[in-house]
Amino acid sequence: MKTYLPAKFLIERDPERCIRCQVCVNQCTFDSHYYDAEDDEVRSYEESCVGCHRCVLFCPTKALTIRSNPLDYRDNYNWRPEVIEDIIRQAETGGVLLTGMGDDKGQRIYWDHLVLNASQVTNPSIDPLREPMELTTYLGQKPERVELHADLSLKTELAPQVRLEVPVMFAAMSYGAVSLNVHESLARAATEMGTLWNTGEGGLHPKLYKYGSNTIVQVASGRFGVHPEYLDVARVVEIKIGQGAKPGIGGHLPGEKVSLEVSMTRMIPQGTDALSPAPQHDIYSIEDLAQLVWALKEATNYTKPVSVKIAAVHNSAAIASGMVRAGADIIVLDGLRGSTGAAPKIIRDNVGIPIEMALASVDSRLRQEGIRNQTSIVVSGGIRNSGDVAKAIALGADAVYIGTAALIALGCTVCQQCHTGKCAWGICTTDLALTRRVNPDIGARRLANLLRGWSLELKDILGGMGVNALESLRGNRFHLRGVGLTDTELEILGVRMAGS
Amino acid sequence: MGKNNTKGTGQVVKIDASGLFYRELNAQLKELVANGVGKVELRNVYGQRYIGTDLDRPVDIEIFGVPGNDLGAFMSGPRIIVYGNAQDGCGNTMNDGEIIVHGHAGDIIGLSARGGKIFVRDDVGYRAGIHMKEYKDRKPVLVIGGSAQDFLGEYMAGGILILLGLNLGKREYLKANFIGTGMHGGVIYLRGNVRDYQLGKEVGAAELGEKDHQILRELVGKFASHFDYDAEEILRHKFTKLFPRWLRPYGRLYAY
Repeated sequence: MKTYLPAKFLIERDPERCIRCQVCVNQCTFDSHYYDAEDDEVRSYEESCVGCHRCVLFCPTKALTIRSNPLDYRDNYNWRPEVIEDIIRQAETGGVLLTGMGDDKGQRIYWDHLVLNASQVTNPSIDPLREPMELTTYLGQKPERVELHADLSLKTELAPQVRLEVPVMFAAMSYGAVSLNVHESLARAATEMGTLWNTGEGGLHPKLYKYGSNTIVQVASGRFGVHPEYLDVARVVEIKIGQGAKPGIGGHLPGEKVSLEVSMTRMIPQGTDALSPAPQHDIYSIEDLAQLVWALKEATNYTKPVSVKIAAVHNSAAIASGMVRAGADIIVLDGLRGSTGAAPKIIRDNVGIPIEMALASVDSRLRQEGIRNQTSIVVSGGIRNSGDVAKAIALGADAVYIGTAALIALGCTVCQQCHTGKCAWGICTTDLALTRRVNPDIGARRLANLLRGWSLELKDILGGMGVNALESLRGNRFHLRGVGLTDTELEILGVRMAGS
Repeated sequence: MGKNNTKGTGQVVKIDASGLFYRELNAQLKELVANGVGKVELRNVYGQRYIGTDLDRPVDIEIFGVPGNDLGAFMSGPRIIVYGNAQDGCGNTMNDGEIIVHGHAGDIIGLSARGGKIFVRDDVGYRAGIHMKEYKDRKPVLVIGGSAQDFLGEYMAGGILILLGLNLGKREYLKANFIGTGMHGGVIYLRGNVRDYQLGKEVGAAELGEKDHQILRELVGKFASHFDYDAEEILRHKFTKLFPRWLRPYGRLYAY
């Protein structure tokens, strides 16, 4: 069938600069460039270009420019180009539209409508370059009260705690969705920076067991790679109920990505789709969730916190209360803008609520019920910089997860082709020829650099507020003010309007 | 407990489980197994969950009474024999070992099992053997003597599931519908009558080959010896083999 889809991008090749070295031909995984031997020319199939910039950055003579195709439809606020082209694609395939990364629509990003406070005159700010600043965070259930022995040693028995040097962890990205080199980069950077990375639901390659004390292992509906050693090496065990990019639905890792090694860690036949059922079939209620939480505590001899991750949805606050009562030491909320390696586009862009609202309402609810101490709250789904981190902490989060930001540090340009398995940057693929494009030495360095930069910025933010520990900002919404928000939005966020 | 110096003796230890919370019971089991006890008898078991979880070496555990949910979850190595009925989640994500139930078992028995063998003498509940897995020689086995409820072998990615229907009359049909829905690996053997509509869309039915007969002789033989049945007589009946029709049952669902 002839496609009615126009090219998304235009590829411009400067003939003066092109030396016909064919680097672009070799780098492009979507076959957008080809060498015409007869004419001794490199040419392009523009309709294949996804705009990932791999060729542009690797062209030794900077001969390439990629631009959005300016092909205009008649202006129509309702029938925008994306809407039209989605319909064309479905008319030609009859399938569910798949996509990668997070919701790219224009729902309000509340981080951009929240501003932070700073000290002026009435209290001094602190210079983090010369005074100690504390970002240390402990995840896990905290006791109601602390009792000490006569010699001041701790009498109260503490639930397992995990110490983070920086309150930013790497979000769950499964082996199979991303490559082993990406896992290794994340694991090494987390170890170096004193934080945690998350295996996602595809199991853990034995090569990475040595990073176990900085590893969160996931137990999801597909139960891939869940065995005693996996649970033993981990620092935290996380039950995945849902994901912000696809609340309420399961996952299908396409068969193309189930390579020999992925088949080994997941224990499914090579080339088959890895199917994660929509629900966990042993969890149909809060009581059932409690059963799995305590099964995992029992299986790990009560030595590790058990985390439960849900997608942020309408009733998150009530659900979170149930999760805490089910024994979750950490609860993870993944918001509307949370990312994915593959999800139906219609779900990604339309289901779930913004993380800021979910976080504020869950934190408030748990405080009202007097159970906030029983769990740590971690949020994810669109955290872009240290400003977002500081605002999340002020709204009540103990720590955040970053997924997309971490991948961008590794080279991702958010071209949203993760579901194709052809990632030209070698990140979201299991094709061994491509996965080599991420070098774990360099990858770990880039990720550690990112966390170092954010840590320095967080310390600056704290110093400006005149506090010297993240603990003083945590859940302290007086440090936030809203800009351009309605009364209802401010009420849910628990934040006052700027100027008030 | 302290009195029993059982280290390395392969000795039988009896525990009266009445009034014991599961955490206490499992802690005792862990200590005994770590000390190399060969066999533990649990008497008066009344619904304690997670029995055998976190045990990772061969030991015989005999349970008299009714063990609670998630019996042998994540377990790797022990053999558990239940003289009574097992509840839901028996053998959940089990890695290795054996569970033999002299009675019925509840829902999702063998959920996501990665290895080991489970034998149930009588009936099981819904979604038995869901998402069992397999890699090379690591192949979980679930043999059910009675009948099963709907979604038997749903999402199966590997392993061997055998349903014998021994308590059904000659003219009766197996009880389960949607058998093997979403199945993409492994094999199911059904003994007894089954109508086409009872099968999931993703499975095909076939006659048995010599290799299948060999598997059945071995596993039904074990089943029969556990529960004192005549294997020959069970095997004389006609079996149907179910296999996944596609490696990628949902491969054509998407537009790229």
